[in-house]
Amino acid sequence: MNPDFLEFEQPIAELEAKIDELRYVGDDSEVNLSDEIARLQTKCKSLTQSIFSNLNAWQISQLARHPKRPHMLDYVDLLFTDFEELHGDRAFADDHAIVGGLARLEGIPVMVIGHQKGRDTTQKIYRNFGMPRPEGYRKAMRLMQMAEKFNVPVLTFIDTPGAYPGVGAEERGQSEAIARNLLIMSELRTPIVATVIGEGGSGGALAIGVADWVMMLEYSTYSVISPEGCASILWKSAEKASDAAEALGITSARLKQLDLIDEIIPEPLGGAHRNIEEAAAAMKKSLLDTLSRQRSLEVDELVAQRYQHLMKFGDFKE
Amino acid sequence: MSWFEKLMPSRIRTEGTSKRNVPEGLWGKCDACNAVLYRAELERSLDVCPKCGHHMRIGARKRLETFLDESPREEIADTIEPVDILKFKDSKKYKDRISASQKATGEKDALIVIKGSVQGLPVVACAFEFSFMGGSMGSVVGERFVRAVNVSIEDNIPLVCFSASGGARMQEALISLFQMAKTSAALARLSNRGIPFVSVLTDPTMGGVSASLAMLGDIHIAEPNALIGFAGPRVIEQTVGETLPEGFQRSEFLLEHGAIDMIVDRREMRDRIANLLAMLTDQQLAKEVDVVSVSATPAGSVEE
Repeated sequence: MNPDFLEFEQPIAELEAKIDELRYVGDDSEVNLSDEIARLQTKCKSLTQSIFSNLNAWQISQLARHPKRPHMLDYVDLLFTDFEELHGDRAFADDHAIVGGLARLEGIPVMVIGHQKGRDTTQKIYRNFGMPRPEGYRKAMRLMQMAEKFNVPVLTFIDTPGAYPGVGAEERGQSEAIARNLLIMSELRTPIVATVIGEGGSGGALAIGVADWVMMLEYSTYSVISPEGCASILWKSAEKASDAAEALGITSARLKQLDLIDEIIPEPLGGAHRNIEEAAAAMKKSLLDTLSRQRSLEVDELVAQRYQHLMKFGDFKE
Repeated sequence: MSWFEKLMPSRIRTEGTSKRNVPEGLWGKCDACNAVLYRAELERSLDVCPKCGHHMRIGARKRLETFLDESPREEIADTIEPVDILKFKDSKKYKDRISASQKATGEKDALIVIKGSVQGLPVVACAFEFSFMGGSMGSVVGERFVRAVNVSIEDNIPLVCFSASGGARMQEALISLFQMAKTSAALARLSNRGIPFVSVLTDPTMGGVSASLAMLGDIHIAEPNALIGFAGPRVIEQTVGETLPEGFQRSEFLLEHGAIDMIVDRREMRDRIANLLAMLTDQQLAKEVDVVSVSATPAGSVEE
């Protein structure tokens, strides 16, 4: 089994391995295999299409955490120019699970803030698996307030299993750090666009997710609790994660249907990791469209609309 | 019934069976020191153990009744009821969980809001009902809290919230997560008007409630030994793989780490909050109430 492919992607992996093999043989031998390769490529494409047209919530949540899934900094390279990373919360430390800084999007200065997961083991540990501590949220808050001061739009990128559950994080006020961000973002006098690019894990995600416009990459997830966590609490068994994923409705399609998010950014066939340039291009287009709409609004209007939007969340009878 | 109980003559068998003429709950027991306590005395001490000072969990309605003056009282947003828009079903249906909780608590959902006064100072007070699905915050809790904030703003009177909650309500999925943003946004408006918000953290205040409205007070007060934090102790233990220190995430720990302003005994809560609010809103408390001497009196005489 190829570890770079998920279980339901294995048939694709096998076919691709076969194609690679033929290519290798084809280079050396007299026989022309290009017809056979082309045939297999078409087959591979339609296989991918058929697998991906029918994904369930649990498969999508695996895709959102795919080992090859592009992370925030992968997109930063493709979306922006002139990126200058800004570090630290000015009080305690620099949290590597949240990256922030100034950059330009097609020439427009923006404040970029997002969770960063690591790729290899060293990086994963350095980034704390994308799980921020209070200083990460406070760094984000500092940068958002700076953006407000200089009239720079804020673009956030969400990709975290959740805020870090640790002793130090609790000692330094994880709850307060998240709560404070929610409050500050709700009234920040500059446009905020949030994009979920992988895993939108609970309060740790929302703490940089209060925005005028919330987008999700097609195969990302956004949830109040991880499917595993939910299953172990409500079903008393982490095995039921697949059921929990379904019940929680964590996919972009379901959340758009419920009006909890504003836009879905389509991903290339097979997911963002199969063609990150294409994923980034789609994201860039959505970001530019959104920014041009929001920058045309008076800031009072912008903040009033954001407030109204937040107040609409919730279903009850009266 | 154990073999020992069977041996006992029936007239001295009292424990465990639905026995004769002993009125329900005449005696209570302290969860902490196991002292057997006379219910009426416990009532008077607001469910604080007179022996060891342990603060037992109390219901939302009782909380507000003992906190607010007897009149005026006006309940706010009580007509709002939960709906199961997601048709959420785990081992049980959410709909059934709602009706079971409603039946058990007599409440529609986990937050109660009452406009009233404390020692003559008008306030809006809300309290979480922990026995309603762990005091979890879903749409109804979020909406009621926002309405409480709005009444505070309209009437220009302080807001006091007693939280007791496990966090966001999983059965409402992302809708419940977004209640954190909704309630925090409302509090931003309250704060901008210069209206005080006192957040009282009671046992337990965790997760999404602690990471939103509960930690956004001008003043944070905790009851003694309340569990307060973001992640639950079990989750942290599993993550860091070590046993947590004694007192971790308890009120005293939070005070030590600068997260709260003070720890206040429940029996003094009314007086201390009234005193604080009177100063923040530059008012005098009514003459007959001398804050210092009242808070110094023994338990039980706090109530007029």
